[in-house]
Amino acid sequence: MTGPTQAVAPAAGLSLDLRAIALSRGERGGRRNILQSVDLIVAPGEQIAIVGASGAGKTSLLQIAAGALRADSGTLRLGGESFWQLPPRGRQRVRRALFLAPQVPPLPPRQRVVTAVLAARLPSLGFWRGLSSLLFPADLGAVRAALEPFGLASRIFDRVDRLSGGERQRVGLARALVAPARIWLLDEPLAALDPVHGEQVLALLCSEARRRGVTLLVSLHQAELAQRHFSRLVGLRAGRLAFDQGPDSIGAAQWTALYDVPPHNGLAASNGAA
Amino acid sequence: MRWIWLVLGMALLWPLLSVTEFAPWKMLEPRSLHASARFLAGFVPPATDSGFLVQVALGAWQTIAIATSGTVLALFLAVPLALCASASLSISSLTGRMAPLPFAVRQGLRGAMVALRTVPELVWALLLVRVVGLGPTAGVLAIGLTYGGMLGKVYAEILESADSHAARTLLANGSGRLQAFTHGLLPEAAAELTSYTVYRWECAIRSSVVLGFVGAGGLGQEMDNAVKMLAGGEVMTMLIVFVALVAGADGLSAWLRRVMQ
Repeated sequence: MTGPTQAVAPAAGLSLDLRAIALSRGERGGRRNILQSVDLIVAPGEQIAIVGASGAGKTSLLQIAAGALRADSGTLRLGGESFWQLPPRGRQRVRRALFLAPQVPPLPPRQRVVTAVLAARLPSLGFWRGLSSLLFPADLGAVRAALEPFGLASRIFDRVDRLSGGERQRVGLARALVAPARIWLLDEPLAALDPVHGEQVLALLCSEARRRGVTLLVSLHQAELAQRHFSRLVGLRAGRLAFDQGPDSIGAAQWTALYDVPPHNGLAASNGAA
Repeated sequence: MRWIWLVLGMALLWPLLSVTEFAPWKMLEPRSLHASARFLAGFVPPATDSGFLVQVALGAWQTIAIATSGTVLALFLAVPLALCASASLSISSLTGRMAPLPFAVRQGLRGAMVALRTVPELVWALLLVRVVGLGPTAGVLAIGLTYGGMLGKVYAEILESADSHAARTLLANGSGRLQAFTHGLLPEAAAELTSYTVYRWECAIRSSVVLGFVGAGGLGQEMDNAVKMLAGGEVMTMLIVFVALVAGADGLSAWLRRVMQ
């Protein structure tokens, strides 16, 4: 299987450095802590999975790491630069080097798949090329090559609203393969996929990331998939770091504790493993 | 209970009606009926001599031209204003509250659009006729200015009410604002934007007939002349042509909307 056209700079893999991250939201009856004193240091090209029950703060952590959400306190360094100290232009420059895939694929329903996938390359296209790609898709070969491993190359000219939920999620992930990014932050990329497809897609994402040398952060609630495909797992429980180690060294008790959420969060204690 | 509200309503309405001398039954008195009949008789039959019809056709064509040019001019104003004023393309509000300077700029642009559309195009036309003289130029400029403000405001609101998830994700991944607009917001908002623009073009046609009465050319100016000369038949012909014009614009906009689906 030939890999998609590479759009990544030679100095691949951005490093991520989060320290003492805290985030809280005001709600009826006081403030709710979403994240508390979370530290996370990821080396360039490393691949980690963030696991935890729903509501544990995985999405917020990914968004803070991508500079799409500002933490109440703590520092964020991407590629060694302190992100929030940069001027707005500098921040947009750093944002160009990352790819954040939200849980709901950001695909406008009436757009065609080819345009939706090429939109991920916009940060590296100039103004006029970006505009002309609306009418004449700039790099059809790259789009086909990106959709092929996901099994969607035949749907390239279909409208997004003709795709099923799982297909839309796969198109959203195919965008990663054309984006000029050096770090991928994927929020629940397997949420709409059945177990077989989910495993294939995860394996594909990990191998592509390794081939290009980009840093990979994936949030998952499927514990076994995380254990099988990642060599470093970060567990979040009620906004705090529960563990940050390799899958073999995590005991069964730690796993149960991860999904056994304290009652004051309003969630029943449940085993979240898919 | 409802009877009490009804009685109260009538009690309030009665003095209002007598103060405004609201007496529609006076129209049915024999004297008024006679006067109405004589007035309406002046309109029939509609004038159909060929020289006059050619004049009307030219006037109608000029009206459409004024309306279309005015709308295009308005687009040149409205599109940049709407893109800059819309909060959906704000980068600082991606991560929380909008920063103060971008907020002030956006509010300023909103104020400019309010100023443009508050002055009715009739007033603009009256002023512009004194500056650029009688003729279509004043009409085009008047429509361009007022409709620029109107289109800008509604475009900005359509952009803000469209689902901005795709646009915000593009901005968060480092794309430019215009790219986030064309690839993220436009696919969603295109239908609504087009439908409103075509509706406004139809309004511009009606507007330019009204502006003709203050000297801005087109069918309106012809109608103004005919009314002043008390030529009822000519006014009737022009009214029929005007209704046909607006009906045609309505049909065109319905067809465009079907094609866009």
